[in-house]
Amino acid sequence: MTALNELTLAEARDGLVAKDFSARELAQAHLDAIAAARGLNAFLLETPERALDMAAVADAKLAAGEARPLEGLPLGIKDLFCTYGVPTTAGSKILEGFQPHYESAVSHNLWRDGAVMLGKLNLDEFAMGSSNETSAFGNVVSPWRRGGSDAPLVPGGSSGGSAAAVAARLCLGATATDTGGSIRQPAAFTGTVGIKPTYGRCSRWGTVAFASSLDQAGPIARTVRDCAILLRSMAGPDPRDTTCADLPVPDFEAALSRGVKGLTIGIPREYRVDGMPAEIQRLWEQGAEWLKAAGATIREISLPHTKLALPAYYIVAPAEASSNLARYDGVRYGLRVPGKDIADMYEQTRAAGFGREVKRRIMIGTYVLSAGYYDAYYVRAQKIRTLIKRDFETVYADGIDAILTPATPSAAFGIGEKANADPVEMYLNDVFTVTVNMAGLPGIAVPAGLDAQGLPLGLQLIGRPFDEETLFAAAQAIEDAAGRMTLPTAWWA
Amino acid sequence: MSVDVNTVRRIAHLARIAVSEDEIAPLQGELNAILAFVEQLGSVDVEGVEAMTSVTPMAMKKRADVVTEGGRADDVVFNAPATEDHYFLVPKVVE
Repeated sequence: MTALNELTLAEARDGLVAKDFSARELAQAHLDAIAAARGLNAFLLETPERALDMAAVADAKLAAGEARPLEGLPLGIKDLFCTYGVPTTAGSKILEGFQPHYESAVSHNLWRDGAVMLGKLNLDEFAMGSSNETSAFGNVVSPWRRGGSDAPLVPGGSSGGSAAAVAARLCLGATATDTGGSIRQPAAFTGTVGIKPTYGRCSRWGTVAFASSLDQAGPIARTVRDCAILLRSMAGPDPRDTTCADLPVPDFEAALSRGVKGLTIGIPREYRVDGMPAEIQRLWEQGAEWLKAAGATIREISLPHTKLALPAYYIVAPAEASSNLARYDGVRYGLRVPGKDIADMYEQTRAAGFGREVKRRIMIGTYVLSAGYYDAYYVRAQKIRTLIKRDFETVYADGIDAILTPATPSAAFGIGEKANADPVEMYLNDVFTVTVNMAGLPGIAVPAGLDAQGLPLGLQLIGRPFDEETLFAAAQAIEDAAGRMTLPTAWWA
Repeated sequence: MSVDVNTVRRIAHLARIAVSEDEIAPLQGELNAILAFVEQLGSVDVEGVEAMTSVTPMAMKKRADVVTEGGRADDVVFNAPATEDHYFLVPKVVE
């Protein structure tokens, strides 16, 4: 029999209902896998007692024939989601010891539907990073290695712990968040599936804020189906988040079998960037061929403002971050470093509590919002954001149902490999994903193949607002054609 | 545009982050690298383009003006580094 942690989330769900195994056995298999994988540093905190307690409740529900949608399914939670009574750090020293007395809307929805919490997952500090190397609690090591090498690779970021844990079969799925690519880039780097839903699909309430007009929660899992199951539970209206959409959540899993017949898929020419590896170009063409063979029409399109998205993002996101992170002042929660007066206490606390990348972004944000620069930087960037969104609206009005692009401009890189580069080089990781956040659209990354060194590469599908169903249908077509990604055997255990 | 060392000091103070003298030069280099990267936005014609205020067209939700979650003072101050009688304690502000 397959080890229980090797099952997909859908298989585990069906196995529990069929009483092939218990929720307790399923939880224990994952807790054992986590204990054997501590070298990956994917979990910041393990919550085994809570997992077994929740599994016991799930077994009772299953025995009574009252299984909820995620009954007994063990998940990891990115440590950006506040969890009641369980320390929540956002990957930052400034929140060390913080124990929320409330539960984030997204994690609450998962527990409401019967899921089991295994623990909290590592991430870039305040979700600012593309390699998980800005975490105050150490790097996450990817379960992937280049062929013939044991050099440690990054899992991507900021949801690096989520992606690594899912790829290493430490959980059936994980929550993640995406402000500029933080679900899709790590999913692509680890051969997993990740969807950033439309802005407003999931409540942001109780999730530590980075850039509020861009942040969205979504799942990372091993199959398109597993993501569809998780997103349905995570999403939904919430009066506590005024930007959360009052829309019913569709049965995303039911959309998987729709196929792509009759759909028109756009291939944006501006995504052919200089220096993109030939194998990514080939994989992109292959993806279009797969969709065509499954019945879709492929059409070249233009999104003329694409190259402006990343620079505009690096004004909008730091500006919002500088405002959101003003709350970490040593007064209401987290770290406090004494000072000679209150201003000095703020300055010393924030100097000691924030890491380099976070300080950098707060300072850029402070600068672009400061008197004399606000119009030249911030207002201009918001106007460019309008142009980027208009690009998408134009092609959608012209009959495009979804857009196919590469997920990332390269495969995963080594830990420390970009340590001496200037910050912009790291930012370029998000060049294909950031447009989607700027326009508030849904985007899904799905594994599509391996590069010459044996590392996974992903494709991205971008959809119309609140049409995640089409994305799930098209992503399923790619997964069917590419075959399920074979994940690395457990060298870490 | 680029920032000089005095501007770096001013921004750090506005952001309420203490920076030591040996952090200034590296920060200046990093901030200028980012500012150089966003410089390309300056050449775009944005005449007549409205600045985005909401990424999805939606009316701001309004709630009734009532207490929904009152009476949780213990929870509110639970994580504070220093409190007294449900107040947050800070260093003396007024002499």
